[in-house]
Amino acid sequence: MEQKRDTLLELHDLSVSFRMYDSALKQTELQMISDLHLTVYPGEVVAVAGASGSGKSLMASAVLGLLPPNATVRGHMHYCGRELTPEMQKELRGGEIALVPQSVSYLDPLMRVGKQVDGHKKDSSPGKRRGLFQRFGLPERTEKLYPFQLSGGMARRVLVSTALMSDARLIIADEPTPGMSLEQAMEGLQMFRELANEGKAVLLITHDIDLAFEFADRVAVFYVGTTVEIAPASDFRAGPDALRHPYSKALWKALPQNGFVPIKGTQPYAGDIPKGCLFAPRCPWADEQCRACVPFVRDLRGGEVRCFHAT
Amino acid sequence: MRLEAKNVFFRYGKKEPWVLENVSLQLEQGECLALLAPSGCGKTTLAMLLSGYLQPMQGEILLDGMPLRKKGLCPVQMIFQHPENAVNPYWRMKKVLEECGEIQENLLNVLGIERAWLDRYPRELSGGELQRFCVARALMSGAEFLVCDEISTMLDVISQAQIWNAVLDEAKKRNLGILAITHNRHLARRIASRVYELPGRDF
Repeated sequence: MEQKRDTLLELHDLSVSFRMYDSALKQTELQMISDLHLTVYPGEVVAVAGASGSGKSLMASAVLGLLPPNATVRGHMHYCGRELTPEMQKELRGGEIALVPQSVSYLDPLMRVGKQVDGHKKDSSPGKRRGLFQRFGLPERTEKLYPFQLSGGMARRVLVSTALMSDARLIIADEPTPGMSLEQAMEGLQMFRELANEGKAVLLITHDIDLAFEFADRVAVFYVGTTVEIAPASDFRAGPDALRHPYSKALWKALPQNGFVPIKGTQPYAGDIPKGCLFAPRCPWADEQCRACVPFVRDLRGGEVRCFHAT
Repeated sequence: MRLEAKNVFFRYGKKEPWVLENVSLQLEQGECLALLAPSGCGKTTLAMLLSGYLQPMQGEILLDGMPLRKKGLCPVQMIFQHPENAVNPYWRMKKVLEECGEIQENLLNVLGIERAWLDRYPRELSGGELQRFCVARALMSGAEFLVCDEISTMLDVISQAQIWNAVLDEAKKRNLGILAITHNRHLARRIASRVYELPGRDF
């Protein structure tokens, strides 16, 4: 790892939990993210892969300070070397840090699309927006439409355009590609790549991992709210032998072009987390040690892994 | 048995442009047909027409040569892209499933649905877990055809492979016809015996 470069975003031992009511008067803590590590450098695209419910979107909300009041965040978040405080988050989001939200319901249903993409900035000219729409293959009349008149894929392209309109240094894109055709998805990811090449950074949360491998520099794999592996994207292109964690290998093997063979089971529910390694119940390598204690993150072959047995 | 769209035209209003113009398609029982097309060109609309949620302006949707029946469970069941929008948020999952009759234990096993999930509300399950319920519900209805509108787009690749393998196994057992709408060419090639491309269209 290149430790000397200045980091843009650094998450260290990040935990997020929610206070919930079990019954009328009994409160419980539901831990959704635990001991998460992630570093993003300027000029790179970091892809985040993992099952739904593994805390990917929650991490994005934590960075932007968009969690509801019943959430508790522990650990450290640094932006450009400075501790990310709620005041700073408020100042940065929508400006230096832009979000491509996961749900298309983030669009204002009562505002025409063109106006939403322009945002609240007065100096924005329609030229940039039209250029973006053209690259995405959105017809010019799209700007006059309301969100309910868009198809799923069109709405997604509008959301990505919105983030690309800003001059953000860090773009957090939460599932930007579903509903887009392959060509449109490639175009979108290519635009992220170009931004990164200009020195900005992109955190790309996605299930389209085969596309992400092509455009990302590094890939972080999440499982039940923690990072199990961070590896150069080239390792994911190379195949399961180059990967470290058994879950990353399983992801690779489940791709339709790589065998379509899934491992059994589903990830545990946040309220019912196993003791020890979170992946142990589904892991082919699990032994007594794995079931007893949680493995630490360690460096391995130019990446990081949270596993006792990875080699 | 055959599900057929015959010269179908559809638009969402008299002044709106046509979403589907003269589209025809045939799906035989026991086959899996993948439908690939760019976004915004009417895939979901076609799916909703085929499963009886919408009526064509011109042309016909025929099942075994007859129009779809309007009462009771439709023999063509659609599974949606966003499972969280396809279940009642105020019902426990058990009730969601029971809408289609008695729960079939073997289906729960095939789809990897844990018994503990039955007592949870939709918001307490992940997208992949919810989609398993939507597939189970469609299969429990005794449908002859399934229209799967990007059912695994929002899921991780492991859930995708688990759910599709289960659907294909079950389809083989019951001799179901499947229309799979997807953007993923690799997935289309993996699951389908035939691939149909909807022509792109200019606005």
